[in-house]
Amino acid sequence: MTGTLAGIGAGLAVIGAGLGIGRIGGSAMDAIARQPEATGKIQTAMIIAAALIEGAALFAIVVAMMS
Amino acid sequence: MSARFLVIATILLSGIAFFPNISTLSGQDEHHDAPSQAVSGEHADSHSAEADGHGEAGDEKFNPSTFSLDHIKDTHDWHILTKKDGQHLSVPLPVIVYSKNSGLHAFFSNKIAHGHSHKGFQMGHGSIMVENKKGESIEKSLDGKIVEVDEHGEMLEAGLPLDFSITTNVFMMGLSVMVLLIVFLTLAKSYRKAGVSEPKGLMGFIEPLIVFIEEDVAIPNIGADKYERFMPYLLTVFFFILINNLMGLIPFFPFGANVTGNIAVTFVLAVFTFWITQFSGNRAYWGHVFNSPGVPKWLLPIMIPVEIIGLFTKPFALMIRLFANITAGHIVILSLVSLIFIFKSIFLAVPSLILVLFMDCIELLVAFLQAYIFTLLSALFIGMAMPEHHHD
Repeated sequence: MTGTLAGIGAGLAVIGAGLGIGRIGGSAMDAIARQPEATGKIQTAMIIAAALIEGAALFAIVVAMMS
Repeated sequence: MSARFLVIATILLSGIAFFPNISTLSGQDEHHDAPSQAVSGEHADSHSAEADGHGEAGDEKFNPSTFSLDHIKDTHDWHILTKKDGQHLSVPLPVIVYSKNSGLHAFFSNKIAHGHSHKGFQMGHGSIMVENKKGESIEKSLDGKIVEVDEHGEMLEAGLPLDFSITTNVFMMGLSVMVLLIVFLTLAKSYRKAGVSEPKGLMGFIEPLIVFIEEDVAIPNIGADKYERFMPYLLTVFFFILINNLMGLIPFFPFGANVTGNIAVTFVLAVFTFWITQFSGNRAYWGHVFNSPGVPKWLLPIMIPVEIIGLFTKPFALMIRLFANITAGHIVILSLVSLIFIFKSIFLAVPSLILVLFMDCIELLVAFLQAYIFTLLSALFIGMAMPEHHHD
C-alpha cells in the first residue's frame, strides 16, 4: 500500500517537474527564436533553471523512495 | 615520461594478476545445489538471467526488479554468465577485510562466491536486527555484505568486518583514473613540446571540451578574473564524471560498473563542491547568509536557519541529481532487457534490443549532460560564493 502511494507521489512529482521544465524549454525556444545571437546565454540560463526544478522533483522522488 | 610507463605497467600487471583467475575459477566454482537441466533454449535464456540476477540458480519466477537492482549494485566480482550446468563464470576481485577477531585478510572473491566460505568469511544473506543510536532495533540487510562466521556457520557477535575490498566500483574508478592520467599526461607532454598549435588526434577531441569548460562554464559563472584557481577542480570533476558515465554504459567486463550511479561516489563529489564553495566564500557571501541585506532584523531568526539549510541543499541536490539520473538510466535499460525474459520469447528480443539501442543513445547524451550540469552548477555555486557587488 505504502509502495503504491509512494509510486503515485513520485508520479505527481514528475508531472510537476515535467510541466516546469517544459515551460522553461518552450520559453527558451521563443527567446532563441527572437534573439538567435543570445542562444548561448539563454541555453545556460535554461539549464540552470531546469536543474533547479529537477532538484525539487528529485527531493520528492527521494522521499517517495524512502517510504 | 616515466609516469606514463608506470601507469601502463600498472595496467599490465593488474591484467596479469586478474586473468589467470578466470580460467581457474570455472572449474572450482561448482554450485552447491546444482539446478535441474534446462530443457528448451528459451528456458535456458531466462534461466541464466535468473542466475545472473540472483546469484542463485533455481526454478524461481524471473523478477525484473531484483534483476535490475542486482545489476546496478556494487559487487565483489564481475559476474559474466552462468552455464547451463550451474557453473559460474566471473572475474574475481580482491577482497580485503579487517575483522576485530582475526585481523586483516586479503583473498580473491571467488573463494567466497556462491555460498562458499573462506577463513570464516562469507557473503551475507537475509537480514539481522541491530540497535540504532536511539536504542530501537531496526532491520539491517546483509545482502552483498561480507560477514564473519564461526565453524557452525553462525554469525559472530563482533559485528560486520570492515570491508576495504576492491569492488567493481573501486576497480572501475581506478581504471578511469588511469585512462584519464594517460590521456592528460600524453596531452600535456605534446603541448609542452609543440606549444599551442593546431590540435591533432586526441588533442582535437579533448581540447574543445577543455575550452568549452573554460569559456562556457567557468568564466561566465565565476568571473574572468578569478576563475583560473577553480579550473583544475572543474576539469577534474567534469572528465571524471564523463568517463565514468560513458564506461558505465559499456556492458562487458572491465566496464559496466555503476560508479556515478553510486550514492557514495556522488556524495564525495558533492562534498568537494561544498567545501570549495564554503572556503572560497567572501565577506558578502557570509553577510548574505547571516545578515541578508534588506531583510528586517526581526525576520533574521527565521532567515538564518533557512539560509544555512540552503547551503546544504545545493550540494545535496547535486548528489541526488547525478545518482538518480545515472541509476534511472541503467534501470530503464535493464528493464528493457528483462522484457525478453518476462515474456520468455525470442521474438521480443528484436524490439527489446531496438529500444535498448535507442535508450543507449539517449544515455550517451545524458552522460555528457550530467557531467556538464554537475560542473556548471559547481561553478555557479562557487561563483555565487564570491559576489562582486555589495547589494546594501
